[in-house]
Amino acid sequence: MEYEVVIGLEVHTQLLTESKIFCGCSTKFGSEPNTQTCPVCLGMPGVLPVLNRKVVEFAVRLGLATHCQIRRNNRFARKNYFYPDLPKGYQISQFEEPICENGYVEIETENGKKRVGLIRIHMEEDAGKSVHDEAYVGSEETLIDLNRCGVPLLEIVSAPDIRSPHEAHAYLTKLRQLVRYLEISDGNMEEGSFRCDANISVRPVGQTTLGTRTELKNMNSFAHVQKALDYEINRQINLLKNGQQVEQNTLLWDPQKNEARPMRGKEESHDYRYFPEPDLVPVFLDAPWFDSIKSALPELPDKKFERFLSQYNLPAYDTAILTESRDLADYFEQTAKHFTDYKMISNWMLGEVARTLNEQKITINEFPLTPQRLASLLKAIDTNVISTSAAKKVFEYLLSNEVSVDEAIEKLGLKQISDESRIEAYVDQVLSEFTNEVEAYKNGKTKVIGFLVGQVMRLSKGKANPQMVSSLLRKKLEA
Amino acid sequence: MSVSVKDVEYIAGLAKLRLKEEELPKLTEQLNKILNYVEHLNELDTTEVEPLAHPLEMKNVFRPDELKTSLSREKALANAPQRTDEYFTVPKVVRR
Repeated sequence: MEYEVVIGLEVHTQLLTESKIFCGCSTKFGSEPNTQTCPVCLGMPGVLPVLNRKVVEFAVRLGLATHCQIRRNNRFARKNYFYPDLPKGYQISQFEEPICENGYVEIETENGKKRVGLIRIHMEEDAGKSVHDEAYVGSEETLIDLNRCGVPLLEIVSAPDIRSPHEAHAYLTKLRQLVRYLEISDGNMEEGSFRCDANISVRPVGQTTLGTRTELKNMNSFAHVQKALDYEINRQINLLKNGQQVEQNTLLWDPQKNEARPMRGKEESHDYRYFPEPDLVPVFLDAPWFDSIKSALPELPDKKFERFLSQYNLPAYDTAILTESRDLADYFEQTAKHFTDYKMISNWMLGEVARTLNEQKITINEFPLTPQRLASLLKAIDTNVISTSAAKKVFEYLLSNEVSVDEAIEKLGLKQISDESRIEAYVDQVLSEFTNEVEAYKNGKTKVIGFLVGQVMRLSKGKANPQMVSSLLRKKLEA
Repeated sequence: MSVSVKDVEYIAGLAKLRLKEEELPKLTEQLNKILNYVEHLNELDTTEVEPLAHPLEMKNVFRPDELKTSLSREKALANAPQRTDEYFTVPKVVRR
């Protein structure tokens, strides 16, 4: 029997605000434990949370970018549960009136474009961090760091529209690209600022009701998501094939052992007893505020992709890479202001520049060559001042030397010789030295011209303009 | 509306309260009395009344995204029944 996979994803993305959602403590990652807290985020009695305005704006940005309906009137709710990393005994979240609903994210699949529905996006606070596994933790205790407690999150809940781990990957990639374009989150899965849980079920093809689902947690990288989903799908299909049932359960992915294990003690069904948060007044997005958020939206990835295709006439492959991030796209466009062979810019960005970023583990923002300098380098090739191979040496030199392109060419002595009389002198010397080859050419073995060009280049220490060498040789041989 | 002993046990569980067997009938009775009292509110006809979002008729109380000084770690940890130099300590919550 054939089985169909049904996946819904819940993503929590940490917002790039300076301060927490309900107090002025810093959201900085990686600080010393318990140094970024105050009575509000510690859940002391009698304190009042006050909403960070920017969190609302960030939520609206993402909602608009994912085609959601924005709920102009929305409010917060209490989600009650006890856990040591949640000092208040409840999480302030949104329940019945989330800020964004009914959107979608468009992904590329093998069968073309597909829309993955978004049920909702809502604002909430993060919990603290529990430390169990470090060597300094005693065997009967857990240590709690409340720095992360109160850091603003958006929870993004997809519809069960995803049909394969591959689609899940495409969806997450797209969502992460969006939050980065919108500059609302750094989308860093490894550091925990972009977290993903999955609801997974399988059913025989053709069946319309959903199978029993399991929830999969603790997938800390894109690679883990793919592996964990593959694992769980296989497990469920094997159960059904053997006539067994899938048990509704929450599973934790163990990346060391490559397996998912049921979570202990969470079996009792959740009862969060949500109720409207009495400590916060409702949020109302009036027209001027809403419009100002909307008009400040940047150009989004799909639009940028289409524009790059038409404006710069680049292949789709190049365009997809160049528009992957706003910074890379901006770098390209800055360069394109100074140099108009766009395909050549793209070739260099996808080649030498990308290689350098990889090797030095830096981002385009930290790349030592400004777009202007890259453009001058490409101009130097285009106007035959240097050859392409010489340009690669100049490029390397520029990476670690704060000099202009002209200075670098001068310094390295790589200036191309395009002076016809000098090239002619080299050509004549080669023609008189290699009489056998000249003879062969005249007898119809025209391929030897490559050898002769090589000899001229060697003689000129690689600096002669190869096109001029080749045409001059041909002219003389056929004279 | 009335709750059973079972409901009370369930609610106690959610609130992490450990109740003695002999307390259950008494607490069930008390809880039912409270609920019956609150039940009087349902005698009012509220079909034409908008649900109240908040007792204060206010909206949009915000703070700008600005940093304020946090507590020192010593102060933050001062009330903790158990702690290390850097962390709150609680009984183990997951099995290693």
